[in-house]
Amino acid sequence: MSEVLSGGDMLVRALQDEGVEYLFGYPGGAALHIYDAIFRQQKVEHILVRHEQAATHMADGYARATGKPGVVLVTSGPGATNAVTGIATAYMDSIPMVVISGQVPSDQIGTDAFQETDMLGVSRPVVKHSFLVRDCGEIAEVVKKAFHIATTGRPGPVVIDVPKDTTDPAVTAEYSYPDSVEMRSYKPAVRGNGRQLRKAVEKLLSSKRPMIYSGGGVVQGNGASRLTSIARRLGFPVTNTLMGLGGFPGDDPQFVGMLGMHGTYEANMGMHHADLILAIGARFDDRVTNNPAKFCPDATIVHIDADPASISKIISADIPIVGQVANVLTELDKMLETALENQPDALDKDAHKAWWERIEQWRAAHGLNHDMRPEAGKPILPQMVIQSLYRATGGDAIVTSDVGQHQMFAAQYYKFSQPRRWVNSGGLGTMGFGLPSAMGAQFAYPNETVACVTGEGSFMMNMQELSTCLQYGLPIKIVCLNNQALGMVKQWQDMQYGGRHSSSTYADSLPDFKTIAESFGHVGFRIDKAEDLEGAMRETFSAELKKRVVFLDVWVDSNEHVYPMSIKGGSMQDMYLNKITDSQAGDYM
Amino acid sequence: MRRIIAVLLENESGALSRVIGLFAQRGYNIETLTVAPTEDETLSRLTLTTSGDDNKTEQIVKHLNRLIEVVKVQDLCEADHVERELMLIKVRAEGADRAEVKRTVAIFRGQIIDVTTNAYTLQLTGTSEKLDAFLGAIGSGLVLEVVRSGVSGIGRGDKILSA
Ligand SMILES: Cc1ncc(C[n+]2csc(CCOP(=O)(O)OP(=O)(O)O)c2C)c(N)n1
Ligand SMILES: [Mg+2]
Repeated sequence: MSEVLSGGDMLVRALQDEGVEYLFGYPGGAALHIYDAIFRQQKVEHILVRHEQAATHMADGYARATGKPGVVLVTSGPGATNAVTGIATAYMDSIPMVVISGQVPSDQIGTDAFQETDMLGVSRPVVKHSFLVRDCGEIAEVVKKAFHIATTGRPGPVVIDVPKDTTDPAVTAEYSYPDSVEMRSYKPAVRGNGRQLRKAVEKLLSSKRPMIYSGGGVVQGNGASRLTSIARRLGFPVTNTLMGLGGFPGDDPQFVGMLGMHGTYEANMGMHHADLILAIGARFDDRVTNNPAKFCPDATIVHIDADPASISKIISADIPIVGQVANVLTELDKMLETALENQPDALDKDAHKAWWERIEQWRAAHGLNHDMRPEAGKPILPQMVIQSLYRATGGDAIVTSDVGQHQMFAAQYYKFSQPRRWVNSGGLGTMGFGLPSAMGAQFAYPNETVACVTGEGSFMMNMQELSTCLQYGLPIKIVCLNNQALGMVKQWQDMQYGGRHSSSTYADSLPDFKTIAESFGHVGFRIDKAEDLEGAMRETFSAELKKRVVFLDVWVDSNEHVYPMSIKGGSMQDMYLNKITDSQAGDYM
Repeated sequence: MRRIIAVLLENESGALSRVIGLFAQRGYNIETLTVAPTEDETLSRLTLTTSGDDNKTEQIVKHLNRLIEVVKVQDLCEADHVERELMLIKVRAEGADRAEVKRTVAIFRGQIIDVTTNAYTLQLTGTSEKLDAFLGAIGSGLVLEVVRSGVSGIGRGDKILSA
């Protein structure tokens, strides 16, 4: 049964019919018909942010935490351009998102009208796809297609640009929401190729020094439980990318930690010496491979990914398998189960034992120390803060982060035991992502503990959202590793530019974050003594403060560097491990 | 290596800009580009020539396929194919040059499609090499203006590229 609605009402109805719970946005002229339609309904809740960039990160955090698409509404011109950073962030990490932007009326497009920006043009390189609505009659179909494209295949953001005349309350058309869409030009692969899968099984079973390297595709593609089953069945070591953390339990003995530029010694050594690499939902990013020419010289590479364009882009795959990660892993797991039933001693147990011994030696020699306790009178090291956070939250929080040293410390020291608990901007590395993405996750899970690990630099890029937290009662716990510097920049300047800290410090002009938190109606603590850390952390996550935003400003040692750090131009086994080795540093990237 | 890539894409505004944008964004070069609707007016056919090794071409094809509006992509150089380019060229034609130009046009099976007292407008079709060779034969001294359509290509035999 169809109804007759205006474009504005249709748009909102389509969101309802798509099952959208939250719409993160900010109003303005070109979007006002839509805002009026929102006002006249109850099903979709609009969340008023304080900056459009934050709206996109909120939607993004919601999507990462739930797997459902995040939805954003902004006005034309500055509203739309403010959203671009968040769209690019979602694009780089393949996050499903639908962004609706108001546009000037159709007959004014191209005239440099007030608040006109060519949003399709501006966003084109950072969207999976985009639509311009031509008349209100096509709104239902466009919305359906946008959600379909955003959530299937390799997910990503989709922009719908909506000229104001197409939402005019005076113009109506028939509305009915399609159940499905058929697009001849868009048919993502679902199942992996059977022959390739059989070849992969053979290689997995005959490997002597295997390594499973899994990325964000396992988390976003809901493949974590299958991956865990496969890894346990085979007994192989597993490393995760920055985006893949939680795809395999971080507290499992088979987990060797994150790999890459700031990966663990054992993960990077293991990769370099492996004879077989099973790469799943990972894209051989330059922050992982280091110099591709020197990458894993002995390894046969099996690569499973939803996106054919990610395969053999940087490192050529010996056995490429294109398909939805969850599907392919389910199939692979079944095949392995059968193979091992038929041939119980197919795996080379002796070789694997020897391989694990080498890995344990690497781990013992240079693995991360997960038990660094604060000592009275000594500076607080940032690693300790993450370890303290891990203890205070029982390892069970949803943790978002900003970008910088604190992000790497969080990735290294918080052991994520489940997928979708670690939310960070990996591909674009967007400072300002932490707080709004935490808020998006908290909307999705109001009763869970959501912690945002941030740096004072990143936090100041979107701290206006403290006001939104108050409005919607979002009890985010913000743990700020305050090193009074753009720490990651400073680290590079220490290592590569003779310690010349060009525009990376501002210790004399930092605000008092405790007072800032309080002035926004929240709770603030400032900790600069090691002996106070553990108590303050416990209080932050205490039952008394469960319903409050708490800003825990921890003044940490400003000279700490993140290690290991890969040596530019080298292979994965080339790493600086501490300040002594990096004093011989050449140049970095 | 030179490649001829044929693309079928939805005949919608904006689709072409995505293809061009992809090449700019990923640093692939476009040497020639032609595009027009097909017998099915909801589809456009685009032919572009670029250069690169097998790896790069594979990436280009994959990324083109990733664009939502792209229906089919084919690297025509992977199999037998025919390629043609159309060239319109205006040359100075005075005195003895008039006869000389005419002879050269005949050798290359071109046509004179417009004449004035001191110029000829010529039309030539063929592979890009043939058009280059013609320009070489005429000599740059006489050439006043050149318009080339860019390469169009189609596979030989029964194989077709369709949606
Ligand atoms: C929007 C943005 N601008 C610049 C950068 C470059 N950048 C990467 S890390 C960093 C410093 C971050 O400082 P802070 O948030 O205090 O974290 P720290 O490294 O000190 O832990 C900068 C400037 C970025 N990633 N994002
Ligand atoms: Mg800092």
